[in-house]
Amino acid sequence: MNNFINPNLPTGEVEGAWQKTIKNLSNLTIENKNKFEIIIVGCGLSGSSAAATLAEEGFKIKLLTYHDSPRRAHSVSAQGGINAARSILDEKNKIVIDQLFQDTVLGGDFRAREASCQRLSELSSSIIDQCVSQGVPFAREYDGTLATRRFGGAVVSRTFYARGQTGQQLLYGAYQALSRQVNLGNIELFTKRDVLDLVIVNDIARGVIARNLINGNLETYKANCVVLATGGYSNVYYLSTNSLKSNATAIWRAHKRGANFANPSFTQIHPTCIPPEGIYQSKLTLMSESLRNDGRIWLPKKINSKDDPENIPEHERDYFLERQYPKYGNLVPRDVASRRAREICEKGFGIGFGGKGVYLDLQDSINRDGLEVIKAKYGNLLEMYERIVGEDPTKVPMKIYPAPHYTMGGLWVDYNLMSNIDGLFVLGEANYSVHGANRLGANALLQCLCDGYFISPKTITSWLANNKSMDNRSIDEACKEALNYVDKKVKALQKIKGEKPVDYFHRALGEIMISKCGITRNRNDLKSALEEVEILRNNFYSNLKIPETNSGLNVELEKALRVEDFFELSILMIKDAIEREESCGAHFREEYQTKEGEAKRNDELFSHIAVWKFNSDNNSHIRFSEDLNFKKINLNTRNYK
Amino acid sequence: MRDFISIKFKVWRQVSNESNGLYEEFSLEKVSIKLSLLEALDQLNEELTTKNIRPITFDHDCREGICGSCGFLINGQPHGPKRGTATCQLYMRNFKDNALIILEPWRAKSFPIIQDLSVDRNALDKLIISGGYFSTETGNSPDANSIPISPKQAFSSFETATCIGCGACVAGCKNASSSLFVAAKLAHLGQLPQGINGKKERSIKMRKQMTIEGFGQCSNNLECEAVCPKEISADWISWMNKS
Repeated sequence: MNNFINPNLPTGEVEGAWQKTIKNLSNLTIENKNKFEIIIVGCGLSGSSAAATLAEEGFKIKLLTYHDSPRRAHSVSAQGGINAARSILDEKNKIVIDQLFQDTVLGGDFRAREASCQRLSELSSSIIDQCVSQGVPFAREYDGTLATRRFGGAVVSRTFYARGQTGQQLLYGAYQALSRQVNLGNIELFTKRDVLDLVIVNDIARGVIARNLINGNLETYKANCVVLATGGYSNVYYLSTNSLKSNATAIWRAHKRGANFANPSFTQIHPTCIPPEGIYQSKLTLMSESLRNDGRIWLPKKINSKDDPENIPEHERDYFLERQYPKYGNLVPRDVASRRAREICEKGFGIGFGGKGVYLDLQDSINRDGLEVIKAKYGNLLEMYERIVGEDPTKVPMKIYPAPHYTMGGLWVDYNLMSNIDGLFVLGEANYSVHGANRLGANALLQCLCDGYFISPKTITSWLANNKSMDNRSIDEACKEALNYVDKKVKALQKIKGEKPVDYFHRALGEIMISKCGITRNRNDLKSALEEVEILRNNFYSNLKIPETNSGLNVELEKALRVEDFFELSILMIKDAIEREESCGAHFREEYQTKEGEAKRNDELFSHIAVWKFNSDNNSHIRFSEDLNFKKINLNTRNYK
Repeated sequence: MRDFISIKFKVWRQVSNESNGLYEEFSLEKVSIKLSLLEALDQLNEELTTKNIRPITFDHDCREGICGSCGFLINGQPHGPKRGTATCQLYMRNFKDNALIILEPWRAKSFPIIQDLSVDRNALDKLIISGGYFSTETGNSPDANSIPISPKQAFSSFETATCIGCGACVAGCKNASSSLFVAAKLAHLGQLPQGINGKKERSIKMRKQMTIEGFGQCSNNLECEAVCPKEISADWISWMNKS
């Protein structure tokens, strides 16, 4: 532990602490707010909601995104739903808030701050009010009240949803609120911009450098403070459930400029995705894990079996999850299901391309409930599967395999969502806050909207109220320095003139990362991964080919700039995974497991957030830690056996 | 059925909106039928890059049919031959060995060409910006259960709210009309009790903006409905005109 990491946590009881904190935050008059400009990078749920809210309050917003429209951000893909602790009875409110709080902390395996998880739970109900008033068409009960469903890792029904398109509907709510502010002149939209650097003036974040993706020009944006809401970095694995352009560049560049990175190795793998089918496959599509309610997961008992699943008789099938976990069966948590699937496939029992797949079989449920019932339950999912794979999942068992899905790690922020760089706020998946070592299902959308609608508008206002002055001359110098830096970086990549396209390197990086720093990790593999990434990275710098395009638009260059940063981030992820000598949540170190093969935490040594600082003087990283203390909840071990 | 096929692509190539365009032909061998059409284009682009030929520019991102980024004409049809399917969800098993696939950008006055198959659909955002929202502000929302909404009403609103803003309806219409796009947004908001008050004003603003952006009049050909990857019904256009 050291003193310079100060999370600015509230003192006293965690319950109600956020409301007390708000009372002590500074405010500004509307006239004063008009004088401040804020840069927001990213237009997903957290970026859009923060932009809309801050603009409503009177600030002038510059919103930058690489999309052509804010409606396209990756939040749009979230299927399942959003958690909220709501009760019609006031006296039950505390109980439901406590439940969501507990499930969030337990789900994260005690590696997140208690006070932030409590705040998330307390604010959750207002999020639903907010979204409904924007016109989000949530599912309803017959009496017209909001409907909920149960989600993985939860015993209560508190997930609000709009069919399998909850993320889309919530994003459109925020996008419309944002559009209204564009109309009122409070938000200026800069689409098709890749943010490639952060501008820091006298230790305060005051701007960004962006590349205009249409004409290739580098542009400078200045403001009183900067908000990064740029999402997660699962694409470090090349194949993931993320949209193809999702990347780490903005947060990585901020990190290189001094923003600390927290727990980079904490990445979540989703157990039920459609497996890869060949080398040109570009993404892994998620199939909602609700399918595990009615699908039985199995593999042939015979090793390397090439038989069609329909022809494998019952006694030659291994329902390995039911066998290993008689109590939970196919409904064990995400990370457990993923690990068991990988383990058995590595032994040679896997099916499909490269032996990386297991069957998810709906047949018994169809026999029990009838085809119509199953179709009504999963209709659009089954159609989606058939469109992609070309097989009818009601006749042939589905093939599934775990895939990288979400990154809990991200830029370190304090309780106010500000990084260690003054004036640099980080929201949503891009930060490290409430999810700990494993995110609870349906908490991602919730965190984004809490950050954007309710937390950051208050804390940003307060910070601005106390940091009113701007030194315009120093800003211009800092912008020039950053612009030159980016210009050199872009030109250096174009100068390589090797023979391999960027995807070749990205695929190879992904293979190293998924096999050695993915579902499970061990010291030897991590050490060799470090060497392999370094070799590949050197090859990238000598053998990359970016075609000449005779216009500023250059998609291969865009990708190369992202992959360059993924290389550096991978190295930090591996180092972080090596240093954390315990298993917790989604971080599973093979050396640290119980007799039953479950994750074994080491609270004595690792009940902390690993905080990585980049030292530009010698181009190295230093690991610090922020201790985690639990007052409201006792540290205990989960057990699904 | 063969696992790998050969494809001949005929692709519209245009460096920018200011330059002239032309068709170019490319052959691609050993295309797995398990790939999506966009993945086959990725494969082709890797080949072009290696040969130092400018890769084909097209929009895409989520590759699961929900972000609305992708979309071009595939053999003359927006999003290709499969109903209710966005371009990224079209798989090569839908094509025969040695097939010719013609790819062209959306053609509409309101969608200037950026490059090759990529067009500027900013005009759709401008329609939303003109009035496609409720005037609610953060922190001023009543209890979400204070206004009951029947499941039928919520679902009907949801169905129109699924529009992904891809622009296929405009590209499919001979008048390049955005009527379905606007009707879908008006129906999403106008069917909810929260949206009753501003219903008329919203409609006036958005329809006025359609003209400003250069979208044409509804052609009543129902092509918009036929090409919509979310299968939004053209009946909503009549609903819009009536209300």
